[in-house]
Amino acid sequence: MELVLVILIGIFYAAGVFLVLRRSMVRLLLGIILLSNGTNILIFLLGYLVKGKPPVIPKDLQVFQDIYADPVPQALILTAIVISFGLTAFAIVLLKRVYALIDSDDLDSLNTPEEEEEDL
Amino acid sequence: MLIAVLSGLLISCLIIPFGKHLKSKWGILIALLPASLFVYFLMQLPKVQFGNILTSTNAWVPSMGVNLAFRLDGLSLLFALLITGIGTGIFSYAFSYLKKHNYIDRFFGYLSLFMASMLGLSLSDNIILLFVFWELTSISSFFLIGFNNNSAESRRSALISFGVTGLGGFFLLAALVWVGSVAGTYSLSDLLLLGNIYTQQPLYPLAVVFLCIGAFTKSAQFPFHFWLPGAMRAPTPVSAYLHSATMVKAGVYILARFTPIIGGTMVWQYLLIAFGGFTMIYAAYNSIIRNDLKSILAYTTISALGILVFLIGLGTQAALIAAISFIVTHALYKAALFMITGIIDLQTGTRNIRKLSGLFKKMPLVGVAGAIAALSSAGVPLFIGFISKDLIYESTLELVNNQAYYLTALAVLTNIALVAAGFMAGFTPFIGKDSFPKVTRFKMEPSFWLPPIILGVLTVIFGIFPSWLEHAFINPSAKVILSESITGDLKLWHGFNTVFILSLITVGIGTVLFVLNKPNQRKQELVSKLEKIAPKSLFSSIFFHFRSFSQKYTNILHDGFLRNYIFKIFLFAEIVLLYVLIKDGPIYVNFEQLSAISFYEIVCVLILCGAILIVLFTKSRMTAVIATSVVGYTICLMYVFYSAPDLAMTQFSIDTLTVVLFVFVLFRLPPFLNFRNKATRARDAVLAILFGTTISLVVLKVMQTPFSPDVKEFYGAYAYILAKGKNVVNVILVDFRGIDTMFEIVVLTIAGLGVFSLLKLRLKSSEKE
Repeated sequence: MELVLVILIGIFYAAGVFLVLRRSMVRLLLGIILLSNGTNILIFLLGYLVKGKPPVIPKDLQVFQDIYADPVPQALILTAIVISFGLTAFAIVLLKRVYALIDSDDLDSLNTPEEEEEDL
Repeated sequence: MLIAVLSGLLISCLIIPFGKHLKSKWGILIALLPASLFVYFLMQLPKVQFGNILTSTNAWVPSMGVNLAFRLDGLSLLFALLITGIGTGIFSYAFSYLKKHNYIDRFFGYLSLFMASMLGLSLSDNIILLFVFWELTSISSFFLIGFNNNSAESRRSALISFGVTGLGGFFLLAALVWVGSVAGTYSLSDLLLLGNIYTQQPLYPLAVVFLCIGAFTKSAQFPFHFWLPGAMRAPTPVSAYLHSATMVKAGVYILARFTPIIGGTMVWQYLLIAFGGFTMIYAAYNSIIRNDLKSILAYTTISALGILVFLIGLGTQAALIAAISFIVTHALYKAALFMITGIIDLQTGTRNIRKLSGLFKKMPLVGVAGAIAALSSAGVPLFIGFISKDLIYESTLELVNNQAYYLTALAVLTNIALVAAGFMAGFTPFIGKDSFPKVTRFKMEPSFWLPPIILGVLTVIFGIFPSWLEHAFINPSAKVILSESITGDLKLWHGFNTVFILSLITVGIGTVLFVLNKPNQRKQELVSKLEKIAPKSLFSSIFFHFRSFSQKYTNILHDGFLRNYIFKIFLFAEIVLLYVLIKDGPIYVNFEQLSAISFYEIVCVLILCGAILIVLFTKSRMTAVIATSVVGYTICLMYVFYSAPDLAMTQFSIDTLTVVLFVFVLFRLPPFLNFRNKATRARDAVLAILFGTTISLVVLKVMQTPFSPDVKEFYGAYAYILAKGKNVVNVILVDFRGIDTMFEIVVLTIAGLGVFSLLKLRLKSSEKE
């Protein structure tokens, strides 16, 4: 299964990079979301896959007796999910604002022509 | 002494708030600053004259051996008096010269800054401090040359001179640091006590070359001389002060200062004699073919600096005495000539000597000053110039073998040209037929014509009583350079010896040359043919190519399109990752560690792939957003499979919120546009697939390395015992890494505030394009 996930991560990255390189702002944002999802799976995979053993200590015990999933990548990913939501939310609202200002989804219409440089 | 040096800096700061008073008629009081400093240094003269050295030290960066240490010995005092004395004249002259100028306050700010840095340079007892002041003179000179900043030519000249002197500064710094680190001290006094301990060092020749490059750039020696004529774009008081009397002598000062420390060897002598000698004859020839008064003076200045470097290179007692007396002489008459040029320029509106003649009746006092300065520069008896020229000839004649003939001939030729050039600057405008018949008399105030007159008179006084100069300045200064006692004889009359005959020949041929020489186009064209290989054009072409190269380079990297930036970043990351992957050798997969594949996992992965494909290729934004949310929910499912319930819950709620937000924004979207052409899409697709593959390989590579379970086991073991929590992920987040989580909340709060305020913000009608 790990190999399948490795390929899946590659697909996530490829799709993310491709979308980030688009001219449309919405696609740029979707690309970022895909990239961050891919990264989350990557981190998760590095903690090894353990099925059905969440890192929760059983009720009547003080320490684990059985094997359990690695809690460290999970804690990291949890933080990452929340932070990337902050980013996405802000970006979405910013998008709305840009639409309102320039009526376009085109990144290029944000460019201002550079001023002519004076000689020396 | 600290106060004396810093007062200029202080005044230049005070000019910012109080500058407007300079524009009133009381502004002339600014000249009191150099005047009082001059009196202060003059009062130190009796002490220093007899070999005492005054020092003052204040700690600055003691840990690095850099202190605000100042030292007043014969050489420093000579320079300090020149700086403040001529400074007094220049300050009052500049006040009249720039009277109508809007930015006169700014000008005096720069000028005081310059004076303070020049004083600091000549008084520093710490070679790092000396370098700081050295750079400050370059910087203040940059502002002064570019003072007429609405002229492109001025700005270009300022840049060139700053580029050249700044470049030299780097070399000087390297040499100074080397000198200091070999000796283990940066104190000039200590270095002077140690003497020359460097000759056996392997880097010694390089250090000498570096020091010389520093000095040559500042003192406008060939091949760095070209910035000085350009610097004449500055207002004339600046040319008089910086580019003839003081700043350009800084290089000479450094050479003189370091003669006892790293000088006196063959490398040193040949370097200085060769460059100084060539500069003096080359610039002297250039000076007599010019029409512009200021150009003539600029080239004679370069030539004079060449003579000084040449004399220091000779390094004999006679040569050093000659050098020091020539420093004084040259500063006096050249500053006077510059001021006269400024007056003529301002009154008549031209500096072309072919258009100027017969001005003597219109401005007799200036004419007198011009005549005195010209005669002094020619070295006619009874003027100080006579004595310093004699000393130069004496020092070349006393050399052994054939050197005496060659170098004396060189000095004579140079001086002949300088005589003619001096007459061209001091006499030509005043004699002959009247070129301005309409004007009966040019009116001007005393602060204008008085300074050149005083300087002129001084050259006569010192010329008649040279022993004053000898006892007060020349002997104490030469002692510092030679570090031994000197019994010089600075007499006016040596009898009918070879030197006297040479002097007469020089003045005679110089006068003939002056009468016969008519600067004309042909000669200038001849010289301009060499311009292509001249250092100036080399410098500007390097400058130009460097600029256009960086412009192109910047345009390629910063073309202003976000996607191109991202493309380059990913491409670079891709190359680096691939390089590391290939370098690290082959990748192995440990099939025994892999877990089995179940049916529902495969379904999940297929859904994910399908959703991603839809995101990539759909034409509708809404579909893309929904597909993204499908991706999110499926990942959420996978977290459930692989024992991460907390992640699943978080992912679920976050994904829902994202979709809600998206829909909230999307319902008012303009129609979808498909911007890019096929070629770009293909290019991006290739990069994306490459990058994805590389990331997969990296993951395989990472999985190949054994993973240390220490951290996992620590949290697993102590989650309940230390933190009383059974859900280990939660315990990590809120307990073990609690502060991280707190800051995460802060970040989210800020993002939330941003979202809220962006939503609340009403669009002004003016903002809408």
